Amino acid sequence: MMIKGKVWKFKDNIDTDVIIPARYLNTSDPKELALHCMEDYDSGFVKKMNQGDIIVAGRNFGCGSSREHAPIALKAAGVSCIIAQSFARIFFRNAINIGLPIFESEEIADQCSEGDLIKVDTAKGLIENINKDKTYKLNHLPAFIQNIISLGGLREYVKEELKRREENV
Amino acid sequence: MGKTIVKKILSAHTDTDNLKIGDIIKARVDFAFANDITAPIAIKYFKESGAKEVFNKKKVGLIPDHFAPNKDIKSAEQCKLLKEFAHEYEIENYFEIGKMGIEHALLPEKGLVLPGDVVVGADSHTDTSGALGAFAIGVGSTDLAAIMALGEVWLKVPPTIKFVYSGKLNKWVSGKDLILYTISKIGVDGANYKVMEFSGEVIRNLSMDNRFTMCNMAIEAGAKTGIIEPDEITLEYLKGRAKRLYQVYKSDPDAHYEEIIKIDVSKIEPQVAFPHLPENAKPISEVGNVKIDQSIIGSCTNGRIEDLRIAAEIIKGQKVHSEVRLIIIPATQEVYLQALREKLVDIFISSGAAVSTPTCGPCLGGFMGVLAKGERAISTTNRNFVGRMGHPESEVYLASPAVAAASAILGRIASPEEVKQG
Repeated sequence: MMIKGKVWKFKDNIDTDVIIPARYLNTSDPKELALHCMEDYDSGFVKKMNQGDIIVAGRNFGCGSSREHAPIALKAAGVSCIIAQSFARIFFRNAINIGLPIFESEEIADQCSEGDLIKVDTAKGLIENINKDKTYKLNHLPAFIQNIISLGGLREYVKEELKRREENV
Repeated sequence: MGKTIVKKILSAHTDTDNLKIGDIIKARVDFAFANDITAPIAIKYFKESGAKEVFNKKKVGLIPDHFAPNKDIKSAEQCKLLKEFAHEYEIENYFEIGKMGIEHALLPEKGLVLPGDVVVGADSHTDTSGALGAFAIGVGSTDLAAIMALGEVWLKVPPTIKFVYSGKLNKWVSGKDLILYTISKIGVDGANYKVMEFSGEVIRNLSMDNRFTMCNMAIEAGAKTGIIEPDEITLEYLKGRAKRLYQVYKSDPDAHYEEIIKIDVSKIEPQVAFPHLPENAKPISEVGNVKIDQSIIGSCTNGRIEDLRIAAEIIKGQKVHSEVRLIIIPATQEVYLQALREKLVDIFISSGAAVSTPTCGPCLGGFMGVLAKGERAISTTNRNFVGRMGHPESEVYLASPAVAAASAILGRIASPEEVKQG
C-alpha cells in the first residue's frame, strides 16, 4: 500500500470525544459523522483538510470511549492514515478492524511539521518525510494483525472464518 | 514462575499452551454485549458477515442505555434496531426500558458476568466487571460483530501492573478517590495496553460497589482492563445472582508483574479531577473556590446503592444550592427500587434534587443534564474531556458521590466535612 499526503499535527491525548462528539452519535452514517470530525478540537478541520491528508499526533491518540464512530469519521473525512507516538488500545483495534491505516512512531511525530508531505510505503516498511528528506522504518506488526489488514479489515476475516468453519463441519 | 489471574483466565479460554506476554491469541468469549450507540454498527456488520445465528443466545446482551429512554427520533431508530435484532435472533438478554440499567452496573447485578469469565463489551467501561475477577475488555462495534458471529476475540496477552493499597482510609475517601489518585500518579496512558490488578489490605476490605468504581476507571489510565481477585466479599455478592457456574482464579504469590506500585492510602484525601483529563486530580483541600452550575450523581462509575446512600447521608436535611441543578441517576432499576425502599429518594427530592430513570445520559453529553457554554459541573462520572458533557466550552470536574453531594449543597466544589460540620 502506498499513501501520500500532507501532515496535520495534533497534540497528545486526542480523545474520541473530540474526534467525534457524542452529540452526533445518534447516527452511524459515515458521511454525517465525517462532517463533525474533530469539531470540538478545531471546528474548521474538515473544511481545510484535503482528501488523503495525514494526521500526525503525539501520545495516546484515540483515548477514551470505544466508539468506532471515531475512526469511521476520520476515514470518511478523507484522512488517509494516522501516525502517532502511541495509540490508545481500543482505537488501535478499531482502526485495524475497519481498515484505517495507523502507524506508531516516536520520531516522525517529533520531527515533522504541519504541512510536510509524507509518503508511506507499507510493502517496503518505510515512511518518508519528503520536505525534511528523512526516511523512517515502520514498526513490524504481528502476523495476525497484518493478515487482517491485508484482508481489508476484520469483517472480511469473519466471512472467511465462517466459510472455513462451514467447510469443516 | 507463577501466573497472574489474567494469564490463568486467558489460558483457560484458548487452546494455546504456555501463553507469553505479547502473544496474539483467539479467546473464547463468555459474555458479549453492546449498547444503543455501538450495537447498530455491530448488527449491520453481523448481518453482512453471513452468520446465521449468534454464537450463543444466552451469552449476548443488548442494552439501550446511552441515549435511552429515546432522547430524539434518531436515537429511537437506533434503539429500535436493537429490539428488532434481539427478537429476530432470539437474544435472551435484551433489556427494555423499565428493566434496563446502565450496562456495566446491570450485567454484574443480574449475574450474567462472573468470576473467571472473558467478557467483551462494545463500550470502553466494560472493564468494570473486572471487579468480579473476570477478564473484561472494551472493544468497538466491528469486534463485537465478529464475536457475535464467531464466539471468540483476538487479543494480545497483556502484561500486568500490580497496585498494592495499604494503610487506613480517611473519612469520605472511597474507591473513586483511590482510582482518581492512582490515575493522577501514572497518567492517562500510564497503563496503556496493560492490566491494572488492584490488591492489598485496603482492596480486601472494600465493598463490591467501590471495587466496581475502581475497575471501571482503569480505562482512564489506558488500561486493557482492571481486575480484582475474588474473595468472600465477591462470593457474597454473587449469591442469588450468578446465572451459571463460575471459576475463581487467583494470582500466584510468585506471579510475574511488569511493575508493582505501592500506595499508602492514609495520606489520600477526597480527590477532584480538573478539566480536561482524568489525570488532573487534586486533593479537596487544594481545590480552591470553584463555583458549579450542576452536580451529577450516577453513571456506570458511581450509580450504585452505596453511592446513593453516601449522597443521602450528606444531603439529608439540607437544600440544594439555589443556583445548582442536582441530578441523581440510579444506575439500574434494582438500585432505584432499593433507594426508594430506604427512603433515599425522599431525601433527594425533598432537598430539591431531580431523580431520573437509569441512563448514561449526561455523562457523555447526551441528554438529562447537558451543559451550556461556560457552565461547570461536578460529576461522579468518569471523563472530563473537552465537550464531554455538552458545550465545548463547558467544564467537568470528576469526584466521588460524597464530594458531588456536598458541592450541590454549597454551590461550589466542597468537602463533605463542610456540610456535615455546618
